[in-house]
Order: sequence, then C-alpha cells, then structure tokens
Amino acid sequence: MKFIPNSAIKNSMLKEIGITDINDLFSDIPKQIRIKNLNLQNGLSQQEVEEWLRKLGKKNKSFCEMPNFLGGGIKPHYIPAAVKSIISRSEFYTAYTPYQPEASQGFLQAMFEYQSMIAEITDMDIANASVYDGVTALGESALMCTRINKRKTFVIPKNISWDKRCVLKNYTKGVGIKVKEIAYDRKTGKIDLDDLKKNIDDDTAGVYVENPNFFGVFEDDVEAISTIIKEKQSVFVVGIDPISLGIAKGPGEYGADIVIGEGRGLGGPVDFGGSTLGIFACRNKFLRQIPGRIIGVTKDKEGKRAFCMTLQTREQHIRRGRATSNICTNEGLCALTAVAYLSWLGSKGLEQLSKTNFEKGQQLAKKITSIDGFEKVFSGVHFNEFVIKYPNAHKLNKKLLSVNIHGGLILDSLYPELKNCMLFGITEMHNNESIEKLVSVLKEGK
Amino acid sequence: MYRSAIYDEPLLIELGDKCKDKPIDVLPLSLQRKEKVNIPDLDETQIIRHFLRLSQMNYGIESGMYPLGSCTMKYNPKICEEISRWDSFAMTHPCQDESTIQGNLQILYELEQMFCEITGMHSFTLQPAAGAQGEFTGLLLTKTYHDFNKDFDRNEIILPDTSHGTNPASATMAGYKITEIPSTKEGTVDLEILEKTLSDKTACFMLTNPNTLGIFESDILKISKMVHDAGALLYYDGANINAIMGKARPGDMGFDIVHLNLHKTFSTPHGGGGPGAGPIGVKKKLERFLPIPRIVKKNNKYHFNYEYHESIGKIKAFYGNFSVMLKAYIYILLMGNNGLKETSEIAVLNSNYMKKKIVDSKKYEMPYRDLRKHEFVISCEGLRQKKGIRALDVAKRLLDYGLHPPTIYFPLIVKEALMIEPTESESKRSLDKYIETLIKIADENKDVVKNAPNNTSVKRVDEAGAIKNPILTWKSLQRYK
Repeated sequence: MKFIPNSAIKNSMLKEIGITDINDLFSDIPKQIRIKNLNLQNGLSQQEVEEWLRKLGKKNKSFCEMPNFLGGGIKPHYIPAAVKSIISRSEFYTAYTPYQPEASQGFLQAMFEYQSMIAEITDMDIANASVYDGVTALGESALMCTRINKRKTFVIPKNISWDKRCVLKNYTKGVGIKVKEIAYDRKTGKIDLDDLKKNIDDDTAGVYVENPNFFGVFEDDVEAISTIIKEKQSVFVVGIDPISLGIAKGPGEYGADIVIGEGRGLGGPVDFGGSTLGIFACRNKFLRQIPGRIIGVTKDKEGKRAFCMTLQTREQHIRRGRATSNICTNEGLCALTAVAYLSWLGSKGLEQLSKTNFEKGQQLAKKITSIDGFEKVFSGVHFNEFVIKYPNAHKLNKKLLSVNIHGGLILDSLYPELKNCMLFGITEMHNNESIEKLVSVLKEGK
Repeated sequence: MYRSAIYDEPLLIELGDKCKDKPIDVLPLSLQRKEKVNIPDLDETQIIRHFLRLSQMNYGIESGMYPLGSCTMKYNPKICEEISRWDSFAMTHPCQDESTIQGNLQILYELEQMFCEITGMHSFTLQPAAGAQGEFTGLLLTKTYHDFNKDFDRNEIILPDTSHGTNPASATMAGYKITEIPSTKEGTVDLEILEKTLSDKTACFMLTNPNTLGIFESDILKISKMVHDAGALLYYDGANINAIMGKARPGDMGFDIVHLNLHKTFSTPHGGGGPGAGPIGVKKKLERFLPIPRIVKKNNKYHFNYEYHESIGKIKAFYGNFSVMLKAYIYILLMGNNGLKETSEIAVLNSNYMKKKIVDSKKYEMPYRDLRKHEFVISCEGLRQKKGIRALDVAKRLLDYGLHPPTIYFPLIVKEALMIEPTESESKRSLDKYIETLIKIADENKDVVKNAPNNTSVKRVDEAGAIKNPILTWKSLQRYK
C-alpha cells in the first residue's frame, strides 16, 4: 500500500515485539463481533480513481459550463492564483490545531491577522479564529447573548434564510431559549420596525438583523433598530456579507455588539455549499463569552513577539461541560484563505470588488425589470442579490436550463407568500456574455 | 539537528500604511462607509513572501511525525487534494437544479453507504461540520427519540472520565446534565458503577472505543445490554475508529449513534484546525429523526428529500463540508476493503511497537492494561519526581529534534500524560527515531529539557502572558504600544 510504509515489514516488526499473528493485536475484541472483511470493493489505483471521478464530474454542470444566477447566501467569486498558492503550502494545510505554539508561529500569526482584518471590516474590537459557517454562527450568537444577560428570548426577522431559522432552533432548544420571529415589510423587504418594537421586551437576550438580508436588501434603518434594541438592554447581533463591507458601513458603526457572517466568499470556492467559514466578531466587553479559538500576542522567554491560542479556559478541552461552546475543529484553512484573499485585495481592492458587485446587482435588476412581466418585489436598496417576480418562474427556469443557464433561486417552497419569486445573485464572475444570454431568454418568456 | 526557519516577519499592517483616500461614494449616505477599511494595499510579491515565510515557521504532517493522540494525523494523499479542486466539483452551487448535480449527489449517496458498511449502522447524515457537531447532532437525535417515545424525563448523559472534552460540552449544549464515572484499574468502564449510575433519567451513555487510553472496551456487549436495559441509547465517539476498521464495527457492538471524523480517519487534512466533517450514523430506530435533506436514489437518479416530518431539521448550512466529504470518498476508493483493514492493522502495530520499546526502556511508565490499539498513553510522573521534568518539558524538547509532540495532559486520569498515536503513515525508521528521541530526552540534563525549545522559530512561549493582557487584533496591539 502506497500510504502504509510498514505493511511490507509487518511480520518482522511483530516478531520484534514478540507477537506471532497480527490478529493477536485484536484479541481484546470479543469474538462474536470480530469481522473478517468489509463489504467494499478492494482499493483502486490512483489512475483508476481519477478516471472514475472524471466520470462523476461530468455528471455535474459547474459554473464554467453553465453560469448560474443563484442567490441564497453563497456565490462564486474570483480566486486569485496567489491565494491558491498560499493555501497550498502543506506546512499550513497539513497542520493540526496549533496546540504547540513554538512549532506553529506561521499559522498563529496568520490567524491573528485574520482576526484583525475581520475586526477592521466589521468595525468590531475582536474576532475569533472562526466557527463552522454563517448559519451556526447565528446559533452560537444566540447562546452567547443568553450567557451575557441571562435572558431567554432571541428575536430574529423572517427575512433571513430558512436554513438559519432551522439551525437556530436546534442550537437553542436544548438550553431553553425561545425564538421569536418578526415580520418584514412586504414592500421594502426590510424589517418591520413596529413588529420589532412589539416583540422586544425585558426577556429579550438578543436581536438578529441581517445586512444585506436574505432578499439582498440593505437594512438602512439600522440606527433606529439599534436604538430600539439598546432601550431594552438587549444584545444587537448583525449578520453581514463581508464582500459588501468594502463600501457599506461596518456594523460596529451603528451599534452592533456581535457581528457574524458567512466568509467563504473571501477567496474560497462555492464547493457545493461547503467548506464554509463562520465569521464571529464582538465588542471587547464580551471577550470572556465568545465561543471558539482565539489567538493572542505574547512573548517568548527571550522577549520576542510570539503568538499562541489564548483564553482557552472558555473552551471544551479545559472546561468540558461548562465551556462557552463545544467547538473544537473549526474552519482554520478557510480563515487562512480569507486572510490571504483580503491581503491580496487590500483596502482598495475590497472597495472596488464591493462596488462592482453592487453595480452589477443594480444593472441586472434594471435589465430584468425592463422586460415585460418581470417585477422587482422589494423596493429597498439591494446589494448583489434581489428578488424578481414572474408569473411562471418554474417553467422559465426549465427553459433557461435547456440553454445552459441557471436562473434564480425559486423561493415559494421556503416562503409561501413569495409565490413565483426568484432570488437572483450576481458577482464579478458573471460576464457580459452570460448576462446577455440570460436577458435574451427572459425576453422570449417562458 | 533540526532547525526551523526563523524570521522576524512583520504583521501585514507593519508592511504597508493605511490608505487615507476618501472612500468611493456608491451607496445611500445611511449605508455608506465613511473611511476605507484598514487593510494595507500591498503588492503580490510582498504578500507571497509574507505567507511563504509564515508557512516555513509552521509544522505540518509533511514536515515530520505528528503523533497527537486521538487526532489521527495521517498522511493526506495528494490526489484527494487535487481532485477536490476540479471545477466540476468546486464550481457547483448547492441550490442548482438536481439534474445538474448528479455527480455530487452520487458521491454523497455512495459515501453514506460506505460509512454504513464501515460502521455497521443503518443510515448516515453527512451534514455535521466536525466531530463535536456530530456529537451535538447525535444528542439532539437522542432527545428527539426519547421525546417521540414520550420518555420525557431522561435528562442525563453518562460519560467515562476518559472522554474527550467535546463530549460533555456537546451534552451541555443539547441541554443535558452530565455524570462522569471513574474508570477501573484496568482503564476501562467500571460496570458496577455504570449499573448503579444508569437509571430512568439516563438519556445516553457516550463512549469512545477504543477509549482515549487506547484500550478496547472488551466488555462492550455487556455495557450495551446494560445501557439498553435501562432504556438509554449508546453513543460512539468515532475519534478512534482508525483502530478497528475491517476488524469490528460499532453497529455490531450495539451502538445506536456513531460519529466519524473525516479529518482524522479518512485522511482529509486538518488545515490547521479545519475544515473537518463529522458525519453521524444511526440505527434504524433513529433514522426518521436524521437531519434533512436526505439523499435518495430513485430510478438511477439521485434526489434531495426534505419530506421527513420527524426530522430534527438542519444543523449546518446546505449539506455540510462537501469538499471534505469528496476527499474522504476518494480516500476510501483508494484504500478499499483491503486497504482500510491494513490501515487499522498497521496503525495498531505501529502503536504497540512504539509502546513496547518505550515501556521496555523504563524511562516512562504506562499505567493500565498492556494491549493497546492505535494509541497509548505513557506518563512522565517518574521523570517529574526524579528530575523535575514534566510532560510539557518533554513535549517542548521533542520540537528541538524536529518531532511534533504527542497530546499532553490527556486523558486526565494519567498523571503527566503523553498520549501517542503514530498512525499507519509512519515508517519503522521514523518510529525508531521518535522512540530513541524520547528515551534520549529522559536522560538529558534537566536544564536543557526545561529550557527547550531552542531550534524553533520562537523559544518557549509565555502563554500565561497572553491571558493576562489579551491582545487579539492589530487594533489592540497598536493601543497597547
């Protein structure tokens, strides 16, 4: 076996330690449950595996063969070769969690820089070294809110994804947090402020607001929302798309206490929805309540600057049942990808990328709504996703597929009130050719 | 002698200045950023050099032996990395029409089947992002199962004192009380104590087998009967399954729920702490509660099915860390039945080989039973008493020889523990070198060991200092200066 060097010399090794048969090493397994083989085929050669995977790959249609205009919180972005090169350094990607700082300074410094950049773009004081994804980050934030103020209700708007609401329920039910959902304004797509006021009280641990929200709409009343939340001394949690923060205000500027988001767009491929990167940042005062790994600066014994994991007494391997979270393995390599990508962009590159995404979003929406029968559902200012209504969305998407274009995400199974509505997403990856092709099919109609 | 690269590599923010230009006005005023984000604008050469230097100050499995106990740091085949980056997989969107993602769905479907066979379970979900999330999911299933049976009072999880830290943390997150039970002198579950602890309040007993001492719980069938007679479920922490593939299966042992760590046993890289994947398998009686969507095969086509009304719902975005699953799928195809069995055999052989040589040297002690599986735990307690050298010192000194230390101070029931898991990836030569080095360190001058490491990019790091004065971002570093 290629990856098992000692298989050729196992008998001499056994002999050396006084054992005759390899099965003697398994004599402590009761006879009734010992098995001889697994019902799997024997191993294939690398060449055979590669051929098989090529066949399977052909059963997919990737963005390269079939551009898709799917919104839904995850979209392709251009990945610079430099970023791919950096994360391919095997000293990084084959390392474990940096338990031994002296042998892990490279990764630790990179994670410190990741935390720093996340704090900069979100306008927060601190960030952790990642959680699983933007969806579980919401669950973790709800748990953190109740640790902060011991209250037991968490408020979310209905203009966030179904995935998030569903995962949040699972994260909160064990510890007895009640989740309250507030309405969105059917005209603007933004949170209904009156409904927020009605549903927030002295038991509200935290309120979550997404900006831009699942419909792609910016919540521009955030100052007012912040005031309502602060009046009740609740924790203000904001969800972001990091790509928008090159031009949009960081949530710290409008009073957020915790900022979360999906960060895989920062240099990572869409990867069929995973791997992912959970961004998690907060105010300094909540430092002891934050979940997950945190990297800090210290010195070595000769006074040289050094980095290490810190505040580990919050974590499961020290505090066990009383930890702030059970998270152990996080998304380290995705965080490394994000820091490599953000440094490659720089402040100007991030701003330009944000601007391009915003403008392409505006242009495509304009093009589509200028076609008869297509209307924009929400009037709020949107980023790079938006909702369009068309009488026969399902048929339309079928037609698009037949010419190798994937239309928007049809929302009616998740949002019954949004029948025949499609969530379109666009980024710098969508070229004029594919946009024109989409528009020409839409013009023909279903 | 080993020498790590040493650079005084500046932070990115020290390599370039903040851009003071006014931000471009695009958004309405209420949304518009007032200042550009504070990330330096560097050129590609600078960035590549920065990260290259950082990488050279980092130790991975490709740098050398990395025998962290319970972490299964095995070699990560290059072919898995390469294929997982192909556009045909990496450039697919999770919300695409099913007809355009049949390849992905087939991979997920077949991977579930493979895991069912390897573990002896009835069905699998691939959604959890890591072992700890698998545990959490398993405990949510446990709760849903008991509630479904109107067995509402089961609010307690039992764990042995050798359990991984994630077990109690996951149990708390799922809303359970935890009872930890002590191990026997053999290092295994104490059946008498377990019997007494089990009650109609017990929801689940969580067990790692082989346990974190590397000892197989030979009484597993009795344990299983006891747990089930009490009406509770039996949970398998799969962190250590690299020891028994093709030899025995948790499903046959009586476990009801199993999690696997693909970033351990199935060779996907740890990535410096993730991404991982922690699929869970269950017996038939729990299938109906598994997360949605499930992947089903009908008329040779694969589909997502959301129509499971008793499902716990979702636990992670989309379908989990697909790129990790893809690598694991490739790995299993490469290994197959013969390769997986060989994996476990040699992992256990390597571990027992190292154990025997180290114990025979009499430089370290090994409490509890002799026969170990893929890992073993030795103690530096004698060394501490004789020379004042602690497990931490031995670990740091190993770094000077270019070897990554084992897991230290775990499990908690072994004093000054070194928990060693060599895996099947290491050659006899590298095992011998590691053994020799451990023996040599025990004979070294105390001051040399206590002052280690010296050949790394920094000397011993003051971890306590980082806690006293938390500096976690550029912002706080600048304030502190």
